Amino acid sequence: MSTPTTTQNQDPDLDRPLGGVPLTAGQLPRGAAPGTLAAVAVAGVLLWLIAGWNIAAVAVLGAIAYTVIIYAWSRTVEGPRKATDRFVTAVVTGAFLLALLPLISVIVTVVTNGLARFDAEFFTYSMSGVEGEGGGIYHAIMGTLIITGLATLISVPIGMFTAIYLVEYGRGKLAKAITFFVDVMTGIPSIVAGLFAYALFVVIFGPGVRMGFAGAVALSVLMIPTVVRSTEEMLKLVPNELREASYALAVPKWRTISKVVLPTALAGIATGVTLAIARVIGETAPLLVTAGLADAMNMNPFDGRMTTLSVFSYYEYQSPGLFAEAAFDRAWGAALVLIIIVMLLNLVARLISKLFAPKTR
Amino acid sequence: MAKRIEVKDLDIYYDKFLAVQGVSMTIQPRSVTALIGPSGCGKSTFLRTLNRMHELVPNARVEGSVVMDDDDLYGPGVDPVNVRRQIGMVFQRPNPFPTMSIYDNVAAGLKLNNKRLKRSEMDDVVERSLKSANLWEEVKDRLQKPGSGLSGGQQQRLCIARAVAVQPDVLLMDEPCSALDPISTQAIEDLMLELKSNYTIVIVTHNMQQAARVSDTTGFFNLQGVGKPGELVEIDETTKIFSTPAKKATEDYISGRFG
Repeated sequence: MSTPTTTQNQDPDLDRPLGGVPLTAGQLPRGAAPGTLAAVAVAGVLLWLIAGWNIAAVAVLGAIAYTVIIYAWSRTVEGPRKATDRFVTAVVTGAFLLALLPLISVIVTVVTNGLARFDAEFFTYSMSGVEGEGGGIYHAIMGTLIITGLATLISVPIGMFTAIYLVEYGRGKLAKAITFFVDVMTGIPSIVAGLFAYALFVVIFGPGVRMGFAGAVALSVLMIPTVVRSTEEMLKLVPNELREASYALAVPKWRTISKVVLPTALAGIATGVTLAIARVIGETAPLLVTAGLADAMNMNPFDGRMTTLSVFSYYEYQSPGLFAEAAFDRAWGAALVLIIIVMLLNLVARLISKLFAPKTR
Repeated sequence: MAKRIEVKDLDIYYDKFLAVQGVSMTIQPRSVTALIGPSGCGKSTFLRTLNRMHELVPNARVEGSVVMDDDDLYGPGVDPVNVRRQIGMVFQRPNPFPTMSIYDNVAAGLKLNNKRLKRSEMDDVVERSLKSANLWEEVKDRLQKPGSGLSGGQQQRLCIARAVAVQPDVLLMDEPCSALDPISTQAIEDLMLELKSNYTIVIVTHNMQQAARVSDTTGFFNLQGVGKPGELVEIDETTKIFSTPAKKATEDYISGRFG
């Protein structure tokens, strides 16, 4: 229990006696952590440039060296608790930087390679009649917008009404079954969704059918579970007392949902839908088997092949033909445009969230 | 306008669990009836059966009768939504609709039910209701601002304005002041004394002094025992309940021996 303050009662884990721990402890000098980091970095650069070591090996060794040095130093001066704090900070920051590397690498690669074809012709011409140099992705941009737009049109009503049923009405076995199957749908591989849509359209139209609408159906199989899940979460966040206030005013249930619950949850639902769109807009496999590849413009989703940006990139890379350089440039350009569209969608999601959030002032 | 409610032998069940047993009382029109009692004895449950709000819990039902001026509220074919048109409710925590302005909040009872009124008529309704709730002077210059930007006491008065905008016959209040400071509480108590000349008011309160201040009739609820349903022990004029109650349990509660 409690021990007298003078004494040989030393907890082997603490460097000081058990009773009477002083309030103040030593502290590392202010610039200790950045200084150590700088020293390690300088040593690393020297090893890399002069001794010719591999940059990755230098970086890893440098990170380890910094962590060990700062932990040991801190432990002797500040005590075990602060030392562990610095150690974990170093590890977590290192892990974050490690995770950031692929992201930065992807962005830098796509931007540098994709900018080669950022000209007016790229955005206004299709590939119709082009062999080699030139050509553009106008048909692919249209294809992506049309197919994803149709998929959104199909998924959002189905997804939202399912979520409304699950949250506001469903109580028994049917609700449980629906939740289970929505969870299963979240895990469907995209190629399976594509094959399902293709098989469905083959049954209706015969083998070998290719149309944009089939691609939209495949994408909606992937979108619906995301929309259901995020709408469900947003509806559950609406406090029950708002529903009660509405019922107490003699407002029937369906009007309570449409005029009180949905407007309150609208910001979150819009964000969820936008993110679901961003998720499917880059799908390639299901669109390969349903919408296929076309060189010319096709604005009709119910008739014939329609190219999307992702499928276009794939084919340009896969079968570049005689003028490989030009094809690769086009592929990178399409990839860059796709990334830009996804980024814009994320920005739109944030704007919507701000715009529709219930205001308090 | 204000109506009388007769309750006879009301038993309230949640599925098979009997929550409140054998309540019989008459709620007089143009008066304030207070329901007091310790926590968990069924006062709020009973209050919610008066406008059929308890039915929001699945498998909740009642046996017995609740009759409002010759209308059986639980008669066959009676739509709960219509019952709530005539019996309004104000809740413990103010709950203005966050996506609506002050004006729209007060008008919500009409707008959400698609009652088409001319702009000037709607303005009159909103002004009348806010005046009845003693809120008009404070918000008349910012009717288009969001409803959730008001203080707690103002929000509760906004909810009261919203409830009276549809001109119900009875106003139920479930501990309306428990989330408010003493100044706002006094404002709402004064409001109740003004409103009672036009409405029948039933209020559930934990605060005995509040019941003594505002009500004409007081009913004391209590649990019959541990794990047993709640019941109405005694109901009488407020002055009588607080000075010479008939039942011992009432006297114990009033003098603070339990609860």
